Amino acid sequence: MKTFRIGGIHPAENKFSAGKKIIKANLPKQVAIPLAHYIGAPSLPIVAKGEFVKVGQLIGKANGFISANVHSSVSGKVNKIDVQLDATGYKRAAVFVEVNGDEWVETIDRSPEVKRECNLTKEEIIKKIAEAGIVGLGGATFPTHVKLSPPPGKKADVLIINAVECESYLTCDHQLMMEKGEEIMIGISILMKALDVKRAIVGIENNKKDAIALFHKLAKDFAGVEVMALKVQYPQGGEKQLIDATIGRQVPSGALPIEVGAVVQNVGTTYAVYEAVQKNKPLFERVITITGKSSKNPGNYLVRLGTMLSEVVDQAGGVPADTGKIVGGGPMMGRSLMTLDVPMAKGSAGVLFMQDTESVRNKTQNCIRCSKCVNVCPMGLEPYLLMNQSEREMWPEMEKDRVMDCIECGSCSYTCPSNRALLDYIRFGKSTVGGIIRSRQIKK
Amino acid sequence: MNLILVSILTLVVIGALSAIILFFVSKKFHVFEDPRIDEVEAALPAANCGGCGFPGCRGFANACVKADTLDGLLCPVGGTETMEKVAEILGKTVVAAVPTVAVVRCGGTCDNRPRKNTYDGVSHCFIAHNLYSGETGCSWGCLGLGDCELSCKFDAIHVNPVTLIPEVDEDKCTSCGACVKACPKMLIELRKKGPKSRRIYVRCMSQDKGAIAKKACDVGCIGCSKCLNVCPHGAITITNNLAFIHDDKCKLCRKCVEVCPTNSIIELNFPPRKVKEEQVLTPKVE
Repeated sequence: MKTFRIGGIHPAENKFSAGKKIIKANLPKQVAIPLAHYIGAPSLPIVAKGEFVKVGQLIGKANGFISANVHSSVSGKVNKIDVQLDATGYKRAAVFVEVNGDEWVETIDRSPEVKRECNLTKEEIIKKIAEAGIVGLGGATFPTHVKLSPPPGKKADVLIINAVECESYLTCDHQLMMEKGEEIMIGISILMKALDVKRAIVGIENNKKDAIALFHKLAKDFAGVEVMALKVQYPQGGEKQLIDATIGRQVPSGALPIEVGAVVQNVGTTYAVYEAVQKNKPLFERVITITGKSSKNPGNYLVRLGTMLSEVVDQAGGVPADTGKIVGGGPMMGRSLMTLDVPMAKGSAGVLFMQDTESVRNKTQNCIRCSKCVNVCPMGLEPYLLMNQSEREMWPEMEKDRVMDCIECGSCSYTCPSNRALLDYIRFGKSTVGGIIRSRQIKK
Repeated sequence: MNLILVSILTLVVIGALSAIILFFVSKKFHVFEDPRIDEVEAALPAANCGGCGFPGCRGFANACVKADTLDGLLCPVGGTETMEKVAEILGKTVVAAVPTVAVVRCGGTCDNRPRKNTYDGVSHCFIAHNLYSGETGCSWGCLGLGDCELSCKFDAIHVNPVTLIPEVDEDKCTSCGACVKACPKMLIELRKKGPKSRRIYVRCMSQDKGAIAKKACDVGCIGCSKCLNVCPHGAITITNNLAFIHDDKCKLCRKCVEVCPTNSIIELNFPPRKVKEEQVLTPKVE
């Protein structure tokens, strides 16, 4: 069975919420829809205080090339356009809407029938995806229409669908595949048309045997779509790792996947593309997983954008009594939340309650040069060296040692027997070197 | 016997040839270095802290010798005393520098600014700052992890373990600027030490709107402009909900300190104010 060739680890899967049917979260009383995105410029609000908005109405316009439209996820009156605390503790612009009813924009097709035919041209598809504000739902929230428009001279020859969900605990993508398999397949064929490729591969890890079987069955009706079962390994969901695992190509250091003719899309994004192109439904809700070892009802919830995480967590049984840390996302790449009073954003994939015994940090000791971190790094870097350089502020050396290739997967910190905070220092080095590179480009 | 003699002679000849070659090479490739650079360097404090903006004391000595005038060149560690010595060596004049000192512009102690979460990551300000906004509701304030303390070569700044805010020892501070660079929140500023070491500054860097700033910290600047309005010297400006006192205009009259509603403006090394005797109104007993 295929998998990526360099590095990788095997954390415990803990998929407690697997098989739990997606539950529509209750409509909140108020939402704070973030205008800022993880990647790219924040969107510009186009609604004013006091205005009545409907579900699916455009409330924020993309601001620049790397930016996305934002649509209202509820119907009601715009309370204010103000700053709202986000998961990192900084205040960012958001549109506050007081929920009143559930009135949707008329153009959205709410019928449950699966629509198979798509007669739009490639350009029309990409335009619809851009208008719908679709961004990568794997976590990076990169605007999808930008990914589907390779720079001149570069052409994709294969589309890879990331249905791997390699993070422990998270099951939102898996459940979406089980419930909306056919829609996802149609989404794949739409993306193939947008990229003008004849071949698509759906990569699914071997711990989701029911999804593999279902997709094998569905793929029979879709020309050019191949389903590939992959050996379970973290971080297989990383773009570059997935490309290596499925088609054996390695993306060169510092380059993007399009360099080797591949475009990777998350399976959740693919479903959003189906909804946007076939049902005129912009991106304003997504499935997230609420889970944890002590969680009473771990499950997968369909949540409207801008809903406070505290409200969804209450619905899922509340915070367990022995919780030490609450993590937004998975245990490897997620971030500890300071508070649950933050709105759900397009990139949120889940809320994880870690028990207090699990949350304890062990004592950091000296590096023993065991090279375990080098063995597990999926990008072939030397984490112990990068951490040393970061401590000594050796920025030019870090750049030469390819710190910008780091995907921040956390495998190094996970493996280190001396409990060294490898990723924290490497992240700091990456942001400093990134700043130096950007200022160099500005000077030019 | 012959062999030993030949060996010794060969080595002597090689030695002599090498000496002659080295002599000529050293003359041809001799680097002229102004002997005054050594003299100036000897007069400097030899801390090699970079506070002058040059690479170490030798770099500064080099710059002083090569410059036309000593304007703009200052060794903050040695101060005016050292610059006068340098001026004497070089036969130049120097204007007495205004002494400056580091000032920490955050009043968010544990009492004033409640902690909302516990950070258990790497104990370095720049790492914590890279991860998130901090343990309190104020995303602009001090993280208390002591990068400033680590950066100081003069033992002049220490994080108070009770308040978790760094404190500057003004006798030891040489104004080299290392802590200013070390703070990721840019809270430390070099301000004029002031006559009799008196200075006034705003102990806040929060650009949040007044209500949000006050909620997070009792002594946060709320941008209310009372200080700006009362200042008779036009020394205060307010940008992005934050007041700033310009020390070139401030005459230390302390009117702003009295009027600040959140006690965000600090006065250092002033004598305690005389408390006006209050008139107590006693009710007439019928």
